Amino acid sequence: MQALLTTILFVAPDWVVSLTRERRPNAFWAEYIVWPVIQIVLVVFIVLTLVAYLTYLERKVSALIQARLGPMRVGPWGLLQPLADGIKLLIKEDIVPIKADRAVFLIAPVISVVAALVVLSVIPWGAGWATIANVNIGVLFILAVSSVGVLGLVLAGWSSNSKYSLLGALRSSAQMVSYEIGMGLSIIGALMFARTLSMSGIIDAQQTDSLWGLGYFLYQPLGVLVYLTSALGETNRAPFDLPEAESELVAGYHTEYSGFRWALFFMAEYAAMIVTAAVAVTVFFGGWYFPGLGLVKNPTLFVLVSIVIFAIKVAVLLYAYMWFRWTWPRYRYDQLMELGWKWMIPAGLANIVLTGIWYVLALPKAQGGLFGFMHEEKGRLIPTRLGMLYFIVTGIVVTIPIVWGLLATINRRSSDFNLHEQRQLQVKLRRERLEKMLQQGAGAQPAESGQ
Amino acid sequence: MQEQELTKPEETLFDAEEMVLNMGPQHPSTHGVLRVILKLDGETVIGLDCDIGFLHRGVEKIGEHDTYAMITPYWDRLDYVAAVSNDLCYVEGVEKLLQVEVPKRAEYLRVILTELQRIASHLLWLGTHAMDIGAVTVLLYCFREREEILKIFEDFIGARLTAHAFRIGGLWWDAYPEFEKRVRDFLKILPKRIDEYETLLNANRIWLQRTVGIGILSAEDAINMSLTGPPLRGSGVKYDVRKAQPYSAYSDFQFEIPVGENGDTYDRYLVRMEEMKQSAVIIEQALDGLPEGPVMAKVPKIIKPPVGDVYHSIEAPKGELGVYMVSDGTGKPYRMRIRPPSYINLQSLKRMAVGHLVADVVALIGTLDIVLGEVDR
Repeated sequence: MQALLTTILFVAPDWVVSLTRERRPNAFWAEYIVWPVIQIVLVVFIVLTLVAYLTYLERKVSALIQARLGPMRVGPWGLLQPLADGIKLLIKEDIVPIKADRAVFLIAPVISVVAALVVLSVIPWGAGWATIANVNIGVLFILAVSSVGVLGLVLAGWSSNSKYSLLGALRSSAQMVSYEIGMGLSIIGALMFARTLSMSGIIDAQQTDSLWGLGYFLYQPLGVLVYLTSALGETNRAPFDLPEAESELVAGYHTEYSGFRWALFFMAEYAAMIVTAAVAVTVFFGGWYFPGLGLVKNPTLFVLVSIVIFAIKVAVLLYAYMWFRWTWPRYRYDQLMELGWKWMIPAGLANIVLTGIWYVLALPKAQGGLFGFMHEEKGRLIPTRLGMLYFIVTGIVVTIPIVWGLLATINRRSSDFNLHEQRQLQVKLRRERLEKMLQQGAGAQPAESGQ
Repeated sequence: MQEQELTKPEETLFDAEEMVLNMGPQHPSTHGVLRVILKLDGETVIGLDCDIGFLHRGVEKIGEHDTYAMITPYWDRLDYVAAVSNDLCYVEGVEKLLQVEVPKRAEYLRVILTELQRIASHLLWLGTHAMDIGAVTVLLYCFREREEILKIFEDFIGARLTAHAFRIGGLWWDAYPEFEKRVRDFLKILPKRIDEYETLLNANRIWLQRTVGIGILSAEDAINMSLTGPPLRGSGVKYDVRKAQPYSAYSDFQFEIPVGENGDTYDRYLVRMEEMKQSAVIIEQALDGLPEGPVMAKVPKIIKPPVGDVYHSIEAPKGELGVYMVSDGTGKPYRMRIRPPSYINLQSLKRMAVGHLVADVVALIGTLDIVLGEVDR
């Protein structure tokens, strides 16, 4: 299979090169202009359709969980529902609030969507040419560019000229930024094995490193848990969706948006969901590889099957996201931030430290390791069979209980710290201060408007 | 006006962070047309005021102008979520005035319908409370069960929601032949469903974080504020009108009164879940012991109670629903005063909410289980 993979390079296929009538080693236009444009158009088109149908799937999945049917009328089984929704949003009146900052108001959803879509270019949708741009800092690029999406949020809240939108935007963005840190830290454990930030490189590494090529989730169960929780927090999905819940006072950053601008925010959120699921699949679940894929000999078929496998894995994760949303209640905002800062980030850090310890202990004896569970092969360190077992066992049996116990001990006192009592005390002190001030100031009885 | 007092300039002298927020009458979580004016410091509630009256329909005034029998349907519309039990309060009050003895079969059927209504009301409470806190699916499940009860009501009484079930002196119709079987079938599936809800919520760490320790009311506070119903029992006070002053046929049945310990939202949730199970127990006993006989007593066509007054209260799902009626010998009451449990329970919202965050106010309104029809009348 390695031979097959080397023939499916990341380069443009022959028919594109012949299209531009260039020659192979120097096919600039084909390599860097024509073929990427074709890929981009394809990916954007497919992903946007997927986003539209993700809303349909969300409604269907939520309906089936809730013992009802969901959209059934528009088209067979309601399959044309996203089309109807799209048309409805397009023909809605485009309202821009009078006092809103017009230029910023118009550009904010664009920033969100662009940030979400740019990331799609480095995701390995399949083997070989199914990646648009195989940068060797893929993971870093994804984390960096998805952070830009937060900017769209804040600008939207600010430019809406509504204090509730602003508060909602600030809360959303604070939450997103906090959970991004957790996301970044949780991946590092897996990256220690892969030794590369390139997305395709990580998938290739998992094929040799992990048991049967299944993925790093076996070695990094804590990393997976922290990553998935942080991904839910990053994309403002339940149970972390307080900033956009309808039963909350502050209606959120996209209150003042109507019609297609609102749809852009919606698309950005679902595209971010797809991106985080894709990153999880790439880093932890083996990407487009599945044991048995090597049996496919034809290069084009290989790539197509790999795309399908990737899609299935991402779909399973997205279903899990929807399942969580419709099952669990939502966290209050301070509980949400506490979870992000006091549990996810320390867990991520502890995961890095512990993974590092297990890794160093398992280095080959020649490089100073104690157990020698790894050996050099083609310039990379690959665990032996015993090494795989060692990593799995330490990951599940040792890392998780240690970190859980550590965090529970550290955070034990903070849950004893009764915020309600402290706030009641604050309120009481404020009243006393106010009364004293009024008495000194006016010299008359202070008016008490209730307790 | 309360609102002006809350926003008086001196109140905001030092602290520019104080903000007055209006949780307006149209709001997905205020369970009706309730306006809550919050004074916030950041996200902490430091003052709260309720502005009610949006659903005031003058029911007590109507009670002075209509005949006794005509007033009964108005009582359905008070707590429109638990309509059947409202009727019981008024009808028994008039029967007390008239000194009429209701046949045993009617009493038992009344108990069955009222307890079914209690289960339906608590199901709706659970659905909306869970939805406010974020678990939307529970709403759909609860409505599925409530649908069964409403179907039983429709076949018996003729209406699902504001069912004018009881008449002065008994019931208008006897139970239809399949009534007992339908109710027993429903009682067979109910325990499994309640277990589903409890599995989903009781030990869920998110639910616990949102409800444990939120809105603690001490027993002393609860009694001082005249709370009744699950808010009172959640705070540890074992008072239930069905046991304290038994009415209808309740003294014939064995059932427990669930009581909470800490008086927080979680305890009130547990109390109501247990009440649903106890209602099922009562219905079983009533069905088992259902006597034969007439369902309507001999009541004159035109009801003219002797001069006097009466206070009668029942344990409605929301609390102690009471009627104080003064009769002056004519066919219309001189005064009909409704003791609305939701109105009186709503007082405690301020005491509970001050010091909590804005997101908790929503949970607290849900845990009090208010219905604005009762609050405003």
